[in-house]
Amino acid sequence: MSILAPGWTALLYLVAAVCFILALKGLSSPRTARRGNAIGAAGALLAVVTVFLSARLANIPLILAAIAAGSAVAVPVARRVQMTQMPQLVALFNGVGGAAAALVAVLELGHTEDPWVRLAVVFTMGVGAVSFAGSAVTVGKLQELISTRPLLFPGMPVVMAVVLLGAVVSGAFIILTGSTGWALVLLVLGLAAGLLLVLPVGGADVPIVISLLNAFTGLAVAASGIVLGNVLLVVAGTLVGASGTILTKVMAAAMGRGVAGIMFGAFKGGSTAGSTVQSDRPVRSSSPEDVAVQLGYAQRVVIVPGYGLAVAQGQHTVAELATALQARGVEVVFAIHPVAGRMPGHMNVLLAEANVPYESLRELDEVNPEFPNTDIALVVGANDVVNPAAKSTPGAPIYGMPILEVALAGQVVFLKRSMRPGFAGIENELLHDPKTTLLFGDAKDSLAKVLGAVKAL
Amino acid sequence: MDPITLLTVVVLAVFVGFEVVSKVTSKLHTPLMSGANAIHGIILVGAVIVAGQASDPWLLTVALVAVVLATANLVGGFVVTDRMLEMFGGRKGARTPARPRAGGPAGEDGT
Repeated sequence: MSILAPGWTALLYLVAAVCFILALKGLSSPRTARRGNAIGAAGALLAVVTVFLSARLANIPLILAAIAAGSAVAVPVARRVQMTQMPQLVALFNGVGGAAAALVAVLELGHTEDPWVRLAVVFTMGVGAVSFAGSAVTVGKLQELISTRPLLFPGMPVVMAVVLLGAVVSGAFIILTGSTGWALVLLVLGLAAGLLLVLPVGGADVPIVISLLNAFTGLAVAASGIVLGNVLLVVAGTLVGASGTILTKVMAAAMGRGVAGIMFGAFKGGSTAGSTVQSDRPVRSSSPEDVAVQLGYAQRVVIVPGYGLAVAQGQHTVAELATALQARGVEVVFAIHPVAGRMPGHMNVLLAEANVPYESLRELDEVNPEFPNTDIALVVGANDVVNPAAKSTPGAPIYGMPILEVALAGQVVFLKRSMRPGFAGIENELLHDPKTTLLFGDAKDSLAKVLGAVKAL
Repeated sequence: MDPITLLTVVVLAVFVGFEVVSKVTSKLHTPLMSGANAIHGIILVGAVIVAGQASDPWLLTVALVAVVLATANLVGGFVVTDRMLEMFGGRKGARTPARPRAGGPAGEDGT
């Protein structure tokens, strides 16, 4: 059935496209972000209702059942996922979006003779498959199912070149013949290219790759819009492709890296391989009581939260510790590295969840000049973001990334689970510095003990 | 669709996309990425169209898989973005933060 005239359909799609633009616009500012997201969701709902009213569709009950099934899986997962695991979920949603675009393109291949449309089909399938496989690898790395270190094998660039060449050839055959067989070949090659693209990326750079693959999926969706002759898909996909590209560049800049360096840096030699050996060099370990005394009689404490804090679900305890110290007259602020956590901006989300007041959060540029006037830097489950190797060791994978300069503080206290290196897989010299003490243990347990001892002072 | 119109649309959308996110603060990178991620879930519209035209049961199956995946991307994306932004926004909401479980090792702390 077709209830809406084509003019109305186009108009409603235009409204939906404007909603998406407003959504992105709103998301760029903290005040309007949530409303922006709601506008985007409303636009999406409008678009889906419109397609049911405008296109001549068979199988409507089955389609509705599939939508219900997709929602039934996604909504509970999205509602319940721990905020620490949110980057994985975003990567997962991105991957399935890419897969959906690739499948849509394959199915449309039989409906067209036009070589230009077939070219768009080829693009959608290739990029969608890369995005799906690449996202799967990022999920694996973030979940630490596969090594977070760059994975390389000899001849990898050659294999990559062969895969890309094969993809171009199969794409050409698809354009010439419209063959579904070649389409399957292209899908397989696209999946291989996605794996080869992301496996060599080191753990610390994975969030940037998620953003890049997000842009890829956007472009695949835009191309699928050309395949289907649907302007909304073209606009929405292009918007995401363009904004995702800029966002990727901005994030890479926050880490002091270029996008090309992140994607292909591992090929330039062993420099980014990192180290897995645990150091045997001595460190000074401390007790919760000693740490409590240090903190309780300090004038100014800067807390540097990292992913370890989030994994241990210690964000509420650290917020309590800050309050207890403030009650004793200690000035406490949180220093937030732009890539603290597993994703740019992730730590802000996690501390917001623990109701840490916005005024206590300091960004990197604000807080770095304050470290010389700080008695104690308390580093909780962070490592790479305070690692001086980013400044001193040109070969290190994080070299060039701006760090929180905790070494300038009077004393440094690390709460760490073990001497294991951070996500980037490199050792931290600061741990062996004479003014550093370590308190080993789960971040939340350690914080709770320190909190108890501070209250007993 | 007329290729020139299409090109016009694409070029304008590129500029709008660049423009709207070029000045975003690093605080909002995660929600913005997640929000943009949700928007490309609109491929659901495309998946619905191909599913509605599929005649052969095999093609229909593939199309329905695409519908499920696209829905997960679209709906899940908007829900998770909203959850994040809820935490950024009003602290006044009577919502108590979910009681965290005792810390487990990395990767084992799923709900």
